[in-house]
Amino acid sequence: MIKHFLSFEWKQFFRSSYWQKSIALNILLGFLALYFMLTFLALGISIYPILKKQFPDSDPLIIVNGFLFYWLLGDLVFRFFMQKLPVLNIKPLLILPLKRSQILNYVLGKSALSFFNFLPLFAIIPFGVILIFEDYSNSTALTWMVLMYVCALIINFLNFIIEAKSAETELSFLPIIVIALGLFSLNYFNIVSLSSLLANAVNSITTSPILILIPLAILVALYYVNYMGLKQKLYVDGSVKAKTETATTTDLAWTRKFGDIAPFLQLDLKLLWRNKRPRSTIFILVIGLLYGLAFYPNPMYKDWIPMFVFVGVFVTGIFMINFGQFIPAWDSGYYKLLMSQNIKYKEYLNSKYSLMIISAVIMFVLSIPYVYFGWKILVIHFAAMVYNIGINSHILLFGGSFNRKKIDLTQRAVFNYQGTGAVQWLIGFPLLLIPILIFYVPYYFINFEAGIATLIILGGIGIVFHQKVMNFITKKYLNSKYKMISAFDQSN
Amino acid sequence: MIKSSELSKKYNGVTVLNISSLEIPKGQAFGLVGNNGAGKTTYFNLLLDLIKPSTGSVINNNIQVNKSEDWKPFTAAFIDESFLIGYLTPEEYFYFIGELRGMNKADIDTFLGQFTEIFNDEILGGKKYLRDLSKGNQKKAGIVAALIGNPEVIVLDEPFANLDPTTQIRLKKILRDLTKNSKATILISSHDLGHVTEVCERIVVLEKGNIVKDIKTSEETLKELEAYFSV
Repeated sequence: MIKHFLSFEWKQFFRSSYWQKSIALNILLGFLALYFMLTFLALGISIYPILKKQFPDSDPLIIVNGFLFYWLLGDLVFRFFMQKLPVLNIKPLLILPLKRSQILNYVLGKSALSFFNFLPLFAIIPFGVILIFEDYSNSTALTWMVLMYVCALIINFLNFIIEAKSAETELSFLPIIVIALGLFSLNYFNIVSLSSLLANAVNSITTSPILILIPLAILVALYYVNYMGLKQKLYVDGSVKAKTETATTTDLAWTRKFGDIAPFLQLDLKLLWRNKRPRSTIFILVIGLLYGLAFYPNPMYKDWIPMFVFVGVFVTGIFMINFGQFIPAWDSGYYKLLMSQNIKYKEYLNSKYSLMIISAVIMFVLSIPYVYFGWKILVIHFAAMVYNIGINSHILLFGGSFNRKKIDLTQRAVFNYQGTGAVQWLIGFPLLLIPILIFYVPYYFINFEAGIATLIILGGIGIVFHQKVMNFITKKYLNSKYKMISAFDQSN
Repeated sequence: MIKSSELSKKYNGVTVLNISSLEIPKGQAFGLVGNNGAGKTTYFNLLLDLIKPSTGSVINNNIQVNKSEDWKPFTAAFIDESFLIGYLTPEEYFYFIGELRGMNKADIDTFLGQFTEIFNDEILGGKKYLRDLSKGNQKKAGIVAALIGNPEVIVLDEPFANLDPTTQIRLKKILRDLTKNSKATILISSHDLGHVTEVCERIVVLEKGNIVKDIKTSEETLKELEAYFSV
């Protein structure tokens, strides 16, 4: 049976039009994976000699174990944002002669084969092998390696529980932040010294290997929790047919002020508010707004002005980036309607553009309190906003014309809670990094004001030529109209 | 009104539609029948410029549909559920379409008044989003939305499928009234030969992408069609 499941996935992946369009992106992801593997490998090989040299009197294994808490916590947070729950379209399978347990074990088993579970091995195995060569007992080294892998799997399944719970309660990534910050501060402020507790636990397991049964039991328990959680969802009325919400009709009369684009603006606002997937972009706004707090109060970054540009672009552009890169896929479910209704393509795109610039202005206004950390920050935020409005918004719209992946707003694909993974963050990089470079060159050679002026002028040029740029972008969309329609027609 | 010439659509070398010439005059109720894969939906998609013709063109009221967007103001269609916006309530959907067609809320409310019977209290004011309606009710909403704003060309793909018998009968009446009272050109496709002969004054039979029959509807038409399809 597993053979069939695997071939379904293979076909779904390679036969989707998304794959055919984004080979470049896949290659990029491949390089990123390679980069991480090499980094971990380097870490695994070098950590023992480095620790031995720095702290000749202590046992490197003990030191490493002392840091495991942070490693595992970081792993958990990283996975939450990067690793997706395995997706399998179960509806057609339910009435076939298959045991439900087979489907569930397959879905969960597949997640164990995720890249994120193999990645730690690149560090764990070299370190373990070095331990053996360094006259640790074989059983210690082997137990340690097995234990680390079990920990990776524990994090794997723990992450799914957190993901599922946060998706159900629609709190997006609030829970993971609370959990991670909570654990971190418990440890940091020495309320409960979790890191030394964990270190002691690992140390005792490596000395008496039989204790490894405890983490194994935890792993089995987490697997079981996942299994039972998914089992309840394995009914058509449970999750395939989403529960019906009570609808409220609103007319959002204030949007009238925006004239011709008002109906589209209303549509987009309803899209954002009434669908799970886009709604999370609203929660991201809060994170974006608070992001500055991670940098500005920190004296370490005080003189590192280009970093502030990054924060400025991020804060004023976070909604733009999250929403903009899925234009026009947000509307993929009813794209044929939009294409045959009495709508000019340009009006449609202009309404998306307006939504993006409104968000940039609002985010700028909300970020004004950061002036507390210095007037320069306010100036930077303003320049970043102008740049976002003039340049980034157009780049995002242009990029949208390459969009070929349907977004299922109703989330019929069971187990698919987040819908976006590493790819989404990857696309954001150039949008955030290029302005730093643009700022940095004049800043380095002339002064701060020149850097700011460059950003504002570039943004201004984008705004002045808005109509011209939009004509060009509209043409691009018209050219790929048929391809988009047929790609959005595919269900996977 | 609608002229198709040398129109063909090929997918990977397989011809799915090949119409050398088809002209539909203004105000005609035009029916398209054919078995699965005959090319009915393909024709409608070409007419709405949702797919690209391999050869030829469709000209809607002197506008070539894949060259200009100016046919959109007087053309309306309901092909499938992907013409509905799932996260809107039916009212909001009607208002949205109305707005695109230059009708304000009050206009739409009056317009919807004439469909009270069809809606049967299940669509308006129901506190449900379109995505949560049953297939049949979704279809009703979609068809009614296609009638908003007095379009001159109305394209409906399989309008009778999924509808309950009462609504089928009412819909037939509405469609007949439309061609009688206004100058609307109506294009429908159907697998139900009875319905299509009742509503349409002209019926074209497609088979594997080719026009095999072009009939002006009369008493004998239903028999003729039944004889043709009972192979």
